[in-house]
Amino acid sequence: MTDLSRRKLIKGGVAAATGLAGLGVAADLAKNYGLIPPDHAGIWGVGETLNYASYRLLTNHSMAREFTRSEISEKPLANEMPPLSDEFKKLQARGFADWRLTVDGMVDRPQTFSLEELKSHPSRSQITQLACEEGWSYVSEWTGVPLSHVLEVAGIQPQAKYVVYFSIDPDWWDSIDMSDALHPQTYLAYGMNGGDLPVGNGGPLRMRVPRQLGYKSVKFINRLAVTDDLRNFGKGLGSASPEGGYAWFAGV
Amino acid sequence: MAETQSLPKLRVPGPAPYSGSTAQPLRHSALVRATHWITTLSCIALLVSGIEIVISHPRFYWGENGNVLTPVLFKLPIPSSRSLVPTGYGFVLADQNGWSRYLHFQSAWLAVLTGLVYVTAGFVSGHFRKSLLPRAEDLSWQALGRTIASHLRFEPPGAADLWSYNLLQRITYLVVIFVLFPLAIWTGLAMSPAFTSAFPASVTLLGGRQSARTIHFFVAVSLLLFLLVHVGMVWFVGFASRMRAMITGRIEKPMVDA
Repeated sequence: MTDLSRRKLIKGGVAAATGLAGLGVAADLAKNYGLIPPDHAGIWGVGETLNYASYRLLTNHSMAREFTRSEISEKPLANEMPPLSDEFKKLQARGFADWRLTVDGMVDRPQTFSLEELKSHPSRSQITQLACEEGWSYVSEWTGVPLSHVLEVAGIQPQAKYVVYFSIDPDWWDSIDMSDALHPQTYLAYGMNGGDLPVGNGGPLRMRVPRQLGYKSVKFINRLAVTDDLRNFGKGLGSASPEGGYAWFAGV
Repeated sequence: MAETQSLPKLRVPGPAPYSGSTAQPLRHSALVRATHWITTLSCIALLVSGIEIVISHPRFYWGENGNVLTPVLFKLPIPSSRSLVPTGYGFVLADQNGWSRYLHFQSAWLAVLTGLVYVTAGFVSGHFRKSLLPRAEDLSWQALGRTIASHLRFEPPGAADLWSYNLLQRITYLVVIFVLFPLAIWTGLAMSPAFTSAFPASVTLLGGRQSARTIHFFVAVSLLLFLLVHVGMVWFVGFASRMRAMITGRIEKPMVDA
């Protein structure tokens, strides 16, 4: 063995060992700082983790782009959706007077809100873009109560890490981390463009997460659960999306 | 081919510098070869997954917004994987967006990180200056005209082309590396609501989200065209020798050491 190849071998060995140790440390740090998404396992885990970790490191306090009134799309597209259940139709027939939002899990004061009660809390509006993972988009004005306010009323406990939200459609539920849940643009939206939120757009109550794609803004919300462990919900992947093959993190 | 032999030998640069005394000189460094094939792999994955994603909405717009209720800039004459999209076809394809999006971003990370290594090394080692920047004496319209003419006549490459890139290759590779790839990355990121929340100028400079998407599509088409012409040229000038050079780094078949 020549000197040159021996030196190369030693160099390569040191580089490989450093790399492996570095990866181990990085994984540990990532876990401690909440940079690992619930769907990190499996063949797409690397890309999904890099996406979510970059989002967490880059955009904790960033605001989704807001638009002017003149930029509001003429027709907010109501995307295709599964047929509404009889339960939903019954609630709709009574003008959603009996619609309830339940807040439970790691909160000091579990409770339920009617739409009227939600509307009596401070309302906020944002003119933001709803962009679908398919490629289309529209801009509209969303009115609602900030999720952070509802969580404050219910009193989130310090160990809470995620807010899980459920649609009346049992096939749809999702979750966001505390950073997104407490973000000032994350709303429980009940209004659109000055009127009630139409059923086609998720009325009477829709989660609005404008820094992520449309599928994160789940329609027909009737329950919030605050938790520190997403493994307790569904298949433990954080939302219905990964169970259907889609990424939990929808910021890209 | 007899004509090949009679072509004038213009300039045969000497072997690339190499270390070691018995080894043959290398046509492509190990770094160039490794990054070339990783990029190939990720680009094919990006193309396949990109096509799958575009099938869910084969319509394109300009500006900030666009959907099935708004006028299109153009649409692709293909069926869609969403029933809401009017395509003229009587059927809806299966939804492949879940794994396609996972694969698209995972390959994008691989391509971008590999690209960073390649570009950094290219500047540090002088690869761009020596091998890709057109030579001073080639920077004339006549030289460009001559290269284009010889390409159009499908002239077989001279011996010089075995050891270095010709003018047209250099320009094409520089455009792919420093224009098309950066544009693909930029327009891709401009479609991410998370990224644009941190860097809003990334999308407003392009004229809006739908403009970014449309440019992303044309950049992808350009890269696909490059890929096809690139592979076609490799085939034309000698598939085995060029593949050997990009895999083993050597021009000649390996010699057996005594």
